[in-house]
Amino acid sequence: MNARMRAAGKIPSRFTEGLAQIGACGIFGLQVLVAVPRSLRHFRETIRQVWFVGAMSLVIIMTCGLFVGMVLGLQLYDVLSRFGATAASGTVVAFALYRELGPVVTALLFAGRAGTSITAEIGLMRATDQIDAMEMMAVDPRAYVVAPRFLAGIIAMPLLACLFNALAILGAHGVCVSWLGMDNGTFWSNMTSNIDVWKDVINGVWKSVAFGAVCTLIATFQGYTTAPTSEGVAYATTRTVVFSSIATLALDFVMTAFLM
Amino acid sequence: MNPEPTITAAADDALISIRGLSTRLNGKTIFDGVDLDIRRGRITAIMGPSGTGKTTLMRHITGQLAPDAGEVIVDGQNVWRLGRDALFALREKIGYLFQNSALLTDYSVFENVAFPLRQHLKLPEELIRNLVLTKLQAVGLRGAAELMPSELSGGMMRRVALARAIVRDPMLIIYDEPFVGLDPVALNQILKLIRTLNETLGVTSILVAHELAAVRQIADQIYLLAAGKIAAHGAPDELARGETPWTKQFFTGAIDGPVPFQYPAPDYATELGLAGSRA
Repeated sequence: MNARMRAAGKIPSRFTEGLAQIGACGIFGLQVLVAVPRSLRHFRETIRQVWFVGAMSLVIIMTCGLFVGMVLGLQLYDVLSRFGATAASGTVVAFALYRELGPVVTALLFAGRAGTSITAEIGLMRATDQIDAMEMMAVDPRAYVVAPRFLAGIIAMPLLACLFNALAILGAHGVCVSWLGMDNGTFWSNMTSNIDVWKDVINGVWKSVAFGAVCTLIATFQGYTTAPTSEGVAYATTRTVVFSSIATLALDFVMTAFLM
Repeated sequence: MNPEPTITAAADDALISIRGLSTRLNGKTIFDGVDLDIRRGRITAIMGPSGTGKTTLMRHITGQLAPDAGEVIVDGQNVWRLGRDALFALREKIGYLFQNSALLTDYSVFENVAFPLRQHLKLPEELIRNLVLTKLQAVGLRGAAELMPSELSGGMMRRVALARAIVRDPMLIIYDEPFVGLDPVALNQILKLIRTLNETLGVTSILVAHELAAVRQIADQIYLLAAGKIAAHGAPDELARGETPWTKQFFTGAIDGPVPFQYPAPDYATELGLAGSRA
């Protein structure tokens, strides 16, 4: 049997394994949703997690937002100047950020920064029997450990995306107005007159909420079901980044199609 | 040798009754029709060679792992027919000391011991404080209340885990390897504590341990697990006389006997490639 045939032979098992993982993650998601009302008893833990996944991600989100905005401003000013339309730079930057880049890039950064730490933390709790100890103390880990992180992700992601957008627009303003000499009034007035709060801004917020739910669900699922070894935790954190990124981009397409 | 001894404990005196327990894990038979009774208010030790499924048995009793066949009755309830809420209600009456302590690493020693109280009871902070300090005093770690688990030695972590297991005065306490990593002073103190809990509160205790000398001091009954079955059971002094090959080898620590030292493997000489050269 040559390598190609062996590879072909593995496709069905990997495929079914992947389907089983998606199914298990879906069931886990339902269990977490059922546990959410019970987790409100531990609301202080949810607040702590909002601080952990939200406030602790501020530096990376704000820094990346600033640079993404600066690059966008530079590129768009250059492209639009060929058509004599540099006055639209601020508007196009805002469209791109509110509708797509803000929610998507924030989610990708969130998966890399907060998602991996959630997976590693829960994975280590699993490996050191802390999850089993909670179950033995009649405390549901889905309500005490998973649901607060899930809620924290849903709360923190839109806030982080808003900050990302704000810093990105400031970055674009800095490049277009302060550096390239675009008129300040034109930059802001075109932007505010063309951006629709509901269609552009709020739709982006909905996307952020959905990405927050999906990224934290994947991160908690990977941590909760990790093999209780150091290698298992390492693989789980890697899978969190990979699956969260794919899920975010796929969901973005679906939501864009429905929200347009 | 008595591979399947008759269970003599009166069934209605049993807090835990296990009948026909069979389990296979990763293709290996762990239990093959095990019957045993844990009597109320007694200290029962589960002993046996490493890898014979002592911890797995505890996981069956507490509803963490489903057996392939058989019944596990705890306090009159079939554990594997209980719903989640009923199982959690049962677990509230059980204290479990994990082999590796399983302390919550983000919480201090005090908060670890207070955790079950805070989760299940709405007690005034003053009462929680007194209860936690009482249990920490019992395990000799009242002075370590504010330390984090990362600042403790293995033996100290075990004692904190013990304080947490007994903080709600459960009806049943399961001690999984409670003596590992303890110095002789701490070991004697823990032995005394287990005996005191048993005598004063009538707590039923299951002790999974290898330390025969320690177990003989406090256990009322010993079950010796081997090869997926109960190889022997009885009072510690009876078993220590070593009247069956299993007990004789296990309790004297003899190298030769039915307890294998080697994990099942192909012939050593064949695996080293020496079989042909020998001929």
